[in-house]
Amino acid sequence: MSANEPTIVAFLCNWCTFTAADLAGTSRLSYPSNVKIIRMMCSGMVDPKYVIKAFLEGADGVLIGGCWPGDCHYINGNYKARRRVALLTEILKQFGIGEDRLWLRWVAASEGNMFQEVITDMTKQLKELGPSPLKGRLVA
Amino acid sequence: MAEFTKLCYQKGELNQALSEFFGALIEQKVFDAVLLPAKQPTRGVMQTLISRPDKLGAIDPWAPVVPQNAAKLVSALTASPSGRPAAAVLRSCEVRALIELTKLKQATQDDVVLFGIDCPGRFENHDFLAFSDQGGTSEDFLSGDFKGFEVAGACKLCQHPVAGNVDVRLCMIGAENAVYVEWLTERGNAVREKLGMQTEAGPKNRDSEVEAIKKQRTEERDRRFAEFREATRDFQSLQAHLAGCVNCYNCRVACPVCYCKECVFVTDTFRHDGSQYMGWADKRGALKMPVDSLFYHLTRLAHISTLCVGCGQCTSACPNDIQLAPLFCAVAEKTQARFDYRAGRSPDEAQPLATFHDDELVEVTGQVK
Repeated sequence: MSANEPTIVAFLCNWCTFTAADLAGTSRLSYPSNVKIIRMMCSGMVDPKYVIKAFLEGADGVLIGGCWPGDCHYINGNYKARRRVALLTEILKQFGIGEDRLWLRWVAASEGNMFQEVITDMTKQLKELGPSPLKGRLVA
Repeated sequence: MAEFTKLCYQKGELNQALSEFFGALIEQKVFDAVLLPAKQPTRGVMQTLISRPDKLGAIDPWAPVVPQNAAKLVSALTASPSGRPAAAVLRSCEVRALIELTKLKQATQDDVVLFGIDCPGRFENHDFLAFSDQGGTSEDFLSGDFKGFEVAGACKLCQHPVAGNVDVRLCMIGAENAVYVEWLTERGNAVREKLGMQTEAGPKNRDSEVEAIKKQRTEERDRRFAEFREATRDFQSLQAHLAGCVNCYNCRVACPVCYCKECVFVTDTFRHDGSQYMGWADKRGALKMPVDSLFYHLTRLAHISTLCVGCGQCTSACPNDIQLAPLFCAVAEKTQARFDYRAGRSPDEAQPLATFHDDELVEVTGQVK
């Protein structure tokens, strides 16, 4: 991958967005290979630490994919995820990682085409934004 | 309408007047014990749980030092309650932290009546020891004679010189050679009735003097936050700010609202294999050790910035003089505002990460079905 190709770390809910990614695949919808998918049981399982770690390791963007409001397999995990993303956004943007690099999106299991759109869109925007300020840093 | 009782004292006898007041509370069995700052037999002042009136001679509630945010001590005393009545004399930052710990079910307030004291600030611990070694007293401090020392950085920015959410308040702002005891709640007034104390109006200029202190500190805070945000606007400068960090984790031990019973940073999650370090070194070419300093501070910001009361104990605990309090306070201002929350403002508001609603924060995803 060339130097200006962004890396997206995606934490996807098993029940919706991960299944949508699967559907996109079986439907032969192509999307940028910039995304590295981590399958979670719920967007509510995404500990803020995971997001922080992804950025510290040089991710250009982090995507969290969860179920639409009202559809969470565990009733309210997606609402918890939403609060955590709001919190992380407030913290990270003070140090130069803006909300354009941390996305939370609702993508239902049937929305393979939306998954394709989200990844395509995010990759494009991150390319315009340029590499993360943390890329290639030398200390942990 | 709040009511006050005036306790007059002669110069040099502030602590004596207070010890008589608290002595009456113990003698008349209003409380089995009082938790408040007292001079230790050899040196220094620490929060002390006093159950016998003859031990009250050493008390010194306005000693300009807070060795530990006493919310943690009230938590120790009440998390598993004794069922015995006690009073706790606390500063605003301690009360506000206690409110957060109570919400987290790490403290209870059923057995404890809270006495808040007006707070002109505190010194750093080493400065306080030097100040008292030079003969400095609480009354010197209250009269503005700091003997060349300065109050801690966090205190200069603190918007809460007066403790809220307490049952009784010991007021010195606006008072001269007197402490005004302000009886605020039903529980507070029950204490007053047991003592049979008369009430009168409060100090005349109190409200305007409190406002003047707040105004001055607000200006100082806004200036410091702007300066600080400018100085840490990217990760490089943040890293430079935290350069002295050696992962001792004293800041989270000192933090009254760092609520985890066991910090993840001392668990096996962060006890890596040698091959892991070698791998990181291979990937980067050079690996700063110990690792994860920045990760630790950012995680702590995620965990507790919504609960941060700005007490400054993190800065005080740092062995390498990292100014952690402005970092945490500046971030906390933003994160708390996002959820329309203020740590310690009210016992009835749910903590931001302990609640959620289906129809909120729509702007996070920007998606509407």
